[in-house]
Amino acid sequence: MTSARSAARWHWKNPSVIPGFGLTLGFTLAYLTLIILIPLAALAWRSASLGWTDFLRLVLDPRTLAALRISFSTALIAAVVNVVFGVVAAWVLVRYNFPGRRIVDAVVDLPFAIPTAVAGIALTAIYAPNGLIGSLLAPLGIKVAYSPLGIVVALIAIGLPFVVRTVQPVMQEISQEVEEAAASLGASRFQTIFRVILPGLTPAILTGFALALARGIGEYGSVIFIAGNIPFVSEIAPLLIVIRLEEFDYGAATVIATVMLIISFLMLFLINFIQAWSRRRFGYEQ
Amino acid sequence: MSNERFKNPITESAPVRWTLIAAVLAFLSLFVLTPLVIVFTEAFSKGWEEYILALQEPDAVKAIRLTLLVAAIAVPANLLFGLAASWAIAKFEFRGKSFLITLIDLPFSVSPVISGLVYVLLFGANSFLGPILKSYGMQIVFAVPGIVLATIFVTFPFVARELIPLMQDQGTGDEEAAISLGANGWQTFWYVTLPNVKWALLYGVLLCNARAMGEFGAVSVVSGHIRGLTNTMPLHVEILYNDYNVVGAFAVASLLALLALLTLVLRTVLETRYGSELSAGQKH
Repeated sequence: MTSARSAARWHWKNPSVIPGFGLTLGFTLAYLTLIILIPLAALAWRSASLGWTDFLRLVLDPRTLAALRISFSTALIAAVVNVVFGVVAAWVLVRYNFPGRRIVDAVVDLPFAIPTAVAGIALTAIYAPNGLIGSLLAPLGIKVAYSPLGIVVALIAIGLPFVVRTVQPVMQEISQEVEEAAASLGASRFQTIFRVILPGLTPAILTGFALALARGIGEYGSVIFIAGNIPFVSEIAPLLIVIRLEEFDYGAATVIATVMLIISFLMLFLINFIQAWSRRRFGYEQ
Repeated sequence: MSNERFKNPITESAPVRWTLIAAVLAFLSLFVLTPLVIVFTEAFSKGWEEYILALQEPDAVKAIRLTLLVAAIAVPANLLFGLAASWAIAKFEFRGKSFLITLIDLPFSVSPVISGLVYVLLFGANSFLGPILKSYGMQIVFAVPGIVLATIFVTFPFVARELIPLMQDQGTGDEEAAISLGANGWQTFWYVTLPNVKWALLYGVLLCNARAMGEFGAVSVVSGHIRGLTNTMPLHVEILYNDYNVVGAFAVASLLALLALLTLVLRTVLETRYGSELSAGQKH
């Protein structure tokens, strides 16, 4: 109804005969501001009101640093494992025909759908020293549950679909003619895969890696049951936020959250950068 | 596979193929399928009667009710937002659009714990707004409103990000035709736009609902863990598990696992039957 008037007033919008721009954009911005931006601003404001000296003192607290290091390093290991198996899984799903392929394709999405707490207690039951797999590993001296290795296992379980689902659509687009050309020019299959196919997949693989890493750093529900949560050994940063909140130490909770938020925004920036680069370099977005 | 006499130059040899397939199957069984199976075997480890009893326990029933209530508020709220945002973004050209899309995706890159924490900082007893709200007798944190808000935060982008790419692909031709033939805005939306996006909308709602009912971290921070009052199903699972009530914990968890399986089956059906209407290549 107001589109003609608003188009004349707002030069930042192209004119359109379709109505409802003011209503829908207004609602979108109001809802976004109330639900997302104001609460995040509250965190930033709390953090800023601490002042530099307090902020640094709380960041450099040994337990905080240890928790951040554990979160980051376990997420990194899990993301690397997920890249390897995620790319192989995407390849198998795109290229090979085998019975049950569609079911396997659906199963890949299961970690997206299954609640984190459910995954957490189930993985703990399996990898605990008396569990299905834990009891097999215990005689070998490998302790999965209640150790940092348990955190890695949980993060691998929840991170896999990120890599598969970013790499798979790009893999589907690869034209087989390129591979035929490589083969007819005398390349071995190994050379074709590593020197022709993989370079084109690099941006998608990096994006999937960054998504899995970002999710792993922030993950809470699936980790806390299996980790054992020993300070300085297997205590993750999100858990330390919860612990500080329960101690009514809002300052420390805010500071850890701010550092994590900065890390995840940097990752978001990195993903956008990879996508912009891949658009220029390879002409596709993922 | 049929032509094994000639070596196909653009695929791997059969042993390599089957090794890779086996590796993927083993990996998925180890990390994804076994946990799912364990949920049900543990839930039924003491038989049907114990399973049913665990689900009829009053706190479990209250947790199921609260989860349904929270999803019944959060999902429609984000559905409404998704429709408004995709209409504004897909049907109009304006500056700052890509920045707006980035902001909508923001909750996906925030740790669930932080999504809960921000509401505690905003509405908690120690906050600027907390005492004011308290003087009016309103409590948000450690109560149901906080749980609803945190759930809305974490499920915020689901519907919007299914609709936006699809509606951008579809362009504005249909709507412009409808308007030029005399339809008003609401008629255009109901009879032209909505039918075009109905399957993608359902797809987004399914994912949004699964996450809303299963969210743990964000809800855990704002709930205060008051049994029978602010415990959703995932939080109840945690409490039972920490009480060493294994059957109870896995019984409630099995309901959530069934929900996840149902969501997955429905989305696979949607993808198979209406894949072309779900915006190609956009899966998440």
